[in-house]
Amino acid sequence: MANRASPGDPVVFLRDRTRWQWPEALPWILAVAIFFLQPITLNLGVQILITIIFALSLDLILGYGGVVTLGHAAYFGTGAYATGMLSAHLGWNEPISGLLAGASAAGIVGFVTGWVLLRYHGLALLMLTLALGIMMSEFANVTEAWTGGFDGLSGISIDPIFGIFENDLWRRNYYWYSLIVLFLVFLACRRIVHSAFGRSLVGIRENTQRMRAIGSPVHLRLVTIYTISAFMAGTAGALYAQVNAYVTLDVLSFARSGTVLIVLVLGGTGRLYGAFIGAFLYILIEDELAKEYPAYWELGLGFILVLAALFFRTGILGALESATGLFRRRAP
Amino acid sequence: MFLKAQLFAGLMAVTLPFVAAPVPAQASNEVKIGVVLTYSGGAAQFGEQIDRGMALYMETNPEAFGGHSVTLIKRDSKRPGGDIAKNAVQELITEEDVDILAGFVFSPNAMASAPLATQGEVPMIIMNAGTAWIPSLSPYIARVSFTMWHAGYPLGQYAANTLGCQTAAVGYTDYPPGKDSRNAFQTGFESAGGSLIDDIPMGGPREVPDFTPFFQRVKDAAPDCFYVFVPAGNHATAVIKTFASLGMADAGIRLIGPGDITQDTKLQDMGDDAVGLITMHHYAADYQNPENQAFVAAWKAAYGEDSTPDFMAVGGWDGMAAIASAIVAQDGDVTAEGTMAALRGWEFDSPRGHIMIDPETRDIVMDSNVHEVVRRDDGRLGIDVLATVPQVADPCKALAIGRCGE
Amino acid sequence: MPGFVTAAVSIFFDGLAYAMLLFVISVGLSVTMGLMGFVNLAHGAFAMAGGYVTVAAMNMLGVPFIPALVLAFVIVAIISIPLERLLYAPLYKAGELDQVLMSIGIIFMAIAGVTLIFGPNPPAIVLPDFLKGQVDLGFKTFPTYRFFMIIVGIVMVVVLWLGFERTIIGAKIRAAVDNRQMAQAVGIDVDKLFILTFAMGSGLAAIGGGLAIDIVGISPTFAFNYLVLFLIVVSVGGLGSLRGAFLAAIVLGVIDTAGKYIWPEGGAFFIYVVTVAVLLVRPNGFFGKGETE
Repeated sequence: MANRASPGDPVVFLRDRTRWQWPEALPWILAVAIFFLQPITLNLGVQILITIIFALSLDLILGYGGVVTLGHAAYFGTGAYATGMLSAHLGWNEPISGLLAGASAAGIVGFVTGWVLLRYHGLALLMLTLALGIMMSEFANVTEAWTGGFDGLSGISIDPIFGIFENDLWRRNYYWYSLIVLFLVFLACRRIVHSAFGRSLVGIRENTQRMRAIGSPVHLRLVTIYTISAFMAGTAGALYAQVNAYVTLDVLSFARSGTVLIVLVLGGTGRLYGAFIGAFLYILIEDELAKEYPAYWELGLGFILVLAALFFRTGILGALESATGLFRRRAP
Repeated sequence: MFLKAQLFAGLMAVTLPFVAAPVPAQASNEVKIGVVLTYSGGAAQFGEQIDRGMALYMETNPEAFGGHSVTLIKRDSKRPGGDIAKNAVQELITEEDVDILAGFVFSPNAMASAPLATQGEVPMIIMNAGTAWIPSLSPYIARVSFTMWHAGYPLGQYAANTLGCQTAAVGYTDYPPGKDSRNAFQTGFESAGGSLIDDIPMGGPREVPDFTPFFQRVKDAAPDCFYVFVPAGNHATAVIKTFASLGMADAGIRLIGPGDITQDTKLQDMGDDAVGLITMHHYAADYQNPENQAFVAAWKAAYGEDSTPDFMAVGGWDGMAAIASAIVAQDGDVTAEGTMAALRGWEFDSPRGHIMIDPETRDIVMDSNVHEVVRRDDGRLGIDVLATVPQVADPCKALAIGRCGE
Repeated sequence: MPGFVTAAVSIFFDGLAYAMLLFVISVGLSVTMGLMGFVNLAHGAFAMAGGYVTVAAMNMLGVPFIPALVLAFVIVAIISIPLERLLYAPLYKAGELDQVLMSIGIIFMAIAGVTLIFGPNPPAIVLPDFLKGQVDLGFKTFPTYRFFMIIVGIVMVVVLWLGFERTIIGAKIRAAVDNRQMAQAVGIDVDKLFILTFAMGSGLAAIGGGLAIDIVGISPTFAFNYLVLFLIVVSVGGLGSLRGAFLAAIVLGVIDTAGKYIWPEGGAFFIYVVTVAVLLVRPNGFFGKGETE
C-alpha cells in the first residue's frame, strides 16, 4: 500500500477501504449453496434474507450513526403495510414498483420522524423511539378499515415478477428475488459507509461535539442517514408483505424492534457483515429451539443473550475479528 | 373407559409433551397431522389444554383410528399475530408433507393460514379460533370449536327474556373476537327488545388492563345487565375481581357473559365473587353426561387430580375424534377431498353433548347452555346448567350479518 | 351530586391507586438507572418474581398477605445481590446496547424459568377479608383494596423520602447520582451503594409485583408486558429522582384512568401521547439531571 501513495492521502485511504476482499464473497457463495443444497428450507432462508436487510438498515444508523433505537419496526411495518394496502385495496400488484412504493413510504415517515427524533439522545431518544413504534402499532390497530387491524391485512395478491416468476409454496423464486434485493441494498450500504459521508457519520458517533465544532451539519447528516435507513427497513418490510401475502400488527411490534437490535448486536455493529451473521445465527437458533423445545425456547435464547453481552461485547464478528484479523478495520 | 384411562395414566406421565406417541399400527397407513398451537409465552396455557385434549383422545381411543398410525408434528405459533403460524403451516405443508392441519388458538393464526390450506389443498381442523367467518376463507376449513355467536346471541335473548334486563352495557376486549361477541350479544339482545346503553372497548388482548375505570363507568351508567367479553385466561379472573371489588352487584347490575369468563381452569381461583354469575357456553367440566364424566376422569388420571379440562381441551378432544373418523372413513388413504367429505355432516357425542359439523358452512352445530356458578357442598365452585338452547348453528351465518353473509 | 363530579372523584381515586402501583414498581428502577446509568429492561422481572414469591408463600406455606409481601421484598432483594454482582456490575461501563441486550436476555430467562416452575397459567390468591369489599365515603363507595394500595404507596413515599433526605446513606446516594466521580473522590464506596440500591429497588419492585396480583394479575410474561409502562414512568419522572418518579406515576396513572373512563375507544393512545409530549419538551423528564456528555 505504502509504496503506491503516501499513507496519508485520503483518496487512497478511502479507495483501499472500499476494495473488495476475498472473504466478502463467502456469504453470497453460502446463499447460493443454500438454494441448491437446501440444508435449511428456502422459506427459512427467505426469512433470514429479509432479516439481514432489516438489520443492515439498523446498522447504518446504530453502527455508523450511533443512534440507539427501540422503534425501528415502525419503518419495517410502514413498508409492509404500504405495499400490502396498495395490493389489497388498489390492486397495485406489480412486485418491483410495489417494493419501491413501500420503501419510499417508509423513507418519508423516516424523514419526518427523524427530523424530530434526532434532536434527542440517551434515554429520551430510546423512549421516544419506543413510543413511536407503539403509537404506530396502535394507529394501525384503530384504522382497521384500511389495515385489517388485529385480524391482519389479507387479500394481498402479488403478480409474478416480470410476469414470469410467481411466489410458489417452496419459495424458490422468492429466494432469488430476496437475495437480489439484499445484494442491491448491501451494495448501497457499502458505498455509503465507505464514502466521505459515511466517515463523517462515524465522526458523529465517536464525538458529536467535535464534529459540530469543525462545522459538520450534524443534524442534517443524521437525518439523511436515518431516512436512508428507514427506506431500507421499509424495503425489508415490503418484501416481507410480498412473500407472506399477509401483514399483521406484529410487523410494527416492539418485539420486532427488539429482535432486530438483538440480531445486529449479536452479529456485531458497525461492520455491515454483522447483520449477516447475526440474522443467520439468530433465526437458525430460534428456529431449532422453537422446534425442539417449543415451550421453553426463551430459556436458551436468554442464556445466549446474557453470555453474549458479558463475553462477546463486540458481537460474534468482533470476536472473530480479534481472533483472525479478518475484516479488520484499517483505520489509522 | 375409566379403567382404560387409568391404564394409560402411567404412560401419559412419562410421555413428553412434544414427543407424539404414534398409535400402534396394524394396517400400515401413516397419517401425518401438523399441529399449530401456542406452546410458549402467555398463551401457552391454551396450547397446553388443546394439546392434552388431543393426546388424551389418542391414548384413550386407540381403536378409533382403525389401526392406522397417526403422527403429530407440532409447531409453536407463539403470538396471536398470524405470521408465525403461517410460516409454521408453510413448512408443515412443504417440508413435512402433512395430510391434515389442526389446532389454531387465535383467529388471526387461522386467518393467515387459510390461503395456504387452499393453495396446498390440506384440510384445516380449527380447534379454537372463534371469529365467525373463518370457515368461509377456504373450502378446506372445518371447525370443531365454536363461534362467538354460539354464546353471545342466545345470551342476548336470554338476558332480555328470562333475566328481565331492559338495558345493558357491553364491555369487550378490543380485537376481532371481542367485537364479534359484542355484535352477537347486541343482535340477540335488541331482537328480544332490550336496549344497549353503553359500549366500551377495554384494551387489547395481550396484557390485562386495570379494568376499574371501565367498570366504574358502567357502574355510573347503571344498566340492568353488564355483558363482558374478555379472552379466556388472565383477563377473566381480573374481570370477576373488579366487578366484586366495585360492589356492582349491590348496585343492582348483573354480570353476564360467554363462558370464557368462567373458564374451568380459572373457576376455583375466583372465590365467592363468582357465585351467582350467569354465563352462556357449550362446555363446563361439571357436565353430567357420561361422555364428559369419562373424559374428566381420564383427564384427572392423566394430568393430576388438581388439573381440570376446559372448553379448549374439549376442542382438542373433539378435533381428534373428527380426524379419527375421517381417517377411518377413507380407510387410512387420506386425501383432502375425502377428508372434507367425511367431515361434512360428521356427528359425535362429545363431552359437551351432541355435536355436528354443518355440511354447508363446515362450522360446528351444538347446544348452548346457560350456566350458573354455584358453591358445592365440598366448598368447590361448580357450574349448574339452568337452560339449554339446543343445537345452535352459528347465528351469524344464519342471519348473514356482515362478513358472515359473504 | 352531579354526574361529572362523581366521575371526576372516581377517576382521581382509581388513578391514584393505580399510580401507587406504578410508583412502587418503578421507583427502584429510577434510582438504579440514575445511579448506575444502567438501562435495565429486566426490572419488571423482579416485580414478577415478587408476585410469585407472594403467591408461593400464601398458597403453599399459608403465610398471610402482608407478611407475604414483606417476604417477597426480603427474598427478591437477597436474590438480586448476586445477580447484580455477576451480571450487572461487569456492564456498568459498557454501552447502552450491551445493557439492553443483557437485560432482554434476563427477561427471556425469567419468563422461561417461571413457566417451568409455576406453569404458564397466572396464579391467584385470596385476599384477607379486611381488604375485600368497599369503603363507604358517604357519597360514593370505593374498593378497600385500592385504599390499601394508596396507603401503602404513601407510606413508601414517606419512608423513601426520609431515607433519601434524612440519612447518611441517602445523602451518599444523592451525591453519587449527581456526580459519581466526585462522590468516589470524596471516599464514598460507590460499589456498596450500587449493591444496596439495587437490592432495595428490586425489593420494592417485588412488593409492587405482590400488590399487582389482585389488580392486573401476574403471569410469566408480566416482565415483558409492563416493561414499557415502567420505563415511561422513569423517563417522564427523570432518572434518579424520587419526586420525579412519584409525580410521573400520579400524572400517568390519573391520565390513563381518565382516558379509559372518558374515551375508552382512544384507550392506549393517551399514555403514549403524554409521554411523547413531556419528553419532547423536557427530554430529561420532570426532575432529571442534565445530560452529561
